[in-house]
Amino acid sequence: MSPVIKRKGESFTLPSKYLLFILTFICVVLMVVTLGTDIFNKPLNNAVGYVIVPFQRGIGKVGEWLVNRSEELVQIRMLLEENVKLKEEIAALTEENTLLQQDKYELNELRDLFLLDGQYGDYQKVGARVIGRDAGNWYSSFIIDKGEEDGFVVDMNVIAGGGLVGRITAVGPNWSRVTSIISDNSKVSGMTLSTKDNLIIYGDLKQMAQGCITFGQLVDSQNKVNEGDKIVTSDISDKYLPNILIGYIYSVDKDANNLTKSGLVIPAVDFEHLSEVLVITDMKQSVR
Amino acid sequence: MLRKITVFVFIIFCFILQCSVFTGLALAGIIPNLMIVLTSAFGFMRGEKEGLLIGFFCGLLSDIFFGGFLGFYALLLMYIGYLNGKFSGIFYPEDIKLPIALIIVSDLSYGVICYILMFLLRGRFQFIYYFTHVILPEALYTILATMFLYPLILSVNTKLEKWEKRRAQKFV
Repeated sequence: MSPVIKRKGESFTLPSKYLLFILTFICVVLMVVTLGTDIFNKPLNNAVGYVIVPFQRGIGKVGEWLVNRSEELVQIRMLLEENVKLKEEIAALTEENTLLQQDKYELNELRDLFLLDGQYGDYQKVGARVIGRDAGNWYSSFIIDKGEEDGFVVDMNVIAGGGLVGRITAVGPNWSRVTSIISDNSKVSGMTLSTKDNLIIYGDLKQMAQGCITFGQLVDSQNKVNEGDKIVTSDISDKYLPNILIGYIYSVDKDANNLTKSGLVIPAVDFEHLSEVLVITDMKQSVR
Repeated sequence: MLRKITVFVFIIFCFILQCSVFTGLALAGIIPNLMIVLTSAFGFMRGEKEGLLIGFFCGLLSDIFFGGFLGFYALLLMYIGYLNGKFSGIFYPEDIKLPIALIIVSDLSYGVICYILMFLLRGRFQFIYYFTHVILPEALYTILATMFLYPLILSVNTKLEKWEKRRAQKFV
């Protein structure tokens, strides 16, 4: 059927060639405009928030329920075996615990002395549920079920299971998009916990197949950074709060320039099975 | 009007399926691209104009939720819909080969263009890796999804066309 055909009731039909041209022009203008500003984000985010997010939420809940039920069945048998082993472990651990408790008192005293108490236990956190994943296969971002109405704004940090997940990159009234640190277009400024050397963490689609992401620009002139070292977000990052665990170093290689090092990091968060995340509502203090 | 509502429901349905249900069914972390199936199916069934409009809205939806800026996926899917519409002249509902071939080619070219614009330009040169680990699996999985989705789209479209014909006759 020709698209130029005129039907009853339609007084004017635009040929598809012109429509294509007009929409192409609109797309290009949209791209140019939204690359720099975000003036269209608010109305569009609001609109899709009311049309799509309720469905996603519903499907998310049903899916989660089904997965939980099937997992429960599998787990019962495993749990019985585990129970026996764990009981033995408890005995050993209680002994260890008493020893550790003594150390803890000492540590607390020392912490008070150093006034180091402001670790990330003190940040304000809000829990949110993951209701959708990226529709494409290239980048790694997801949708959570809370947004502006819960006080979320762009650039808030997101953590799960004690490690850094990413940050919020778009908000609607009742949803937000979180771009994860493993996404190929994401970079995080980090530092090694032991030596306080700064480095940059790059998300990497290729390495993520092996469960790693890459890091680079590590200046480690004294060769003190080793495999297994903890990496946390750095103090100098624009968007990330300091001292949030990112992951552990898996390998370190010297770059061709002989000055910096790069390598692989195993993230602390299990990105495959994220269902609930914590959004830190404190923002990094910035100079503006 | 009925057609518009049906297509709207289809787009929303596929988008939600793609970003919530299919991520649970992902094989090796790859999910099928239902937006491509929808865009090219309506493209070759209904012609260039409908193809490009549906592509535009499917893409815009992905842009709003997952794009860094608006317009990229909209532009890409719009052209895919338009080019698929060029084949509406040789499309027959009984023939399954043409739709499958068109959807494979659409998804492959979508993948390659995404790779070039989003990865190659940022200095990620391992095309073979990305082709065999992202683009090709996505195309294969998309074809698998097409087997289930396409008959549904086709039957809904035939019903709609019948309904439109009947309505047009009534008013003449």
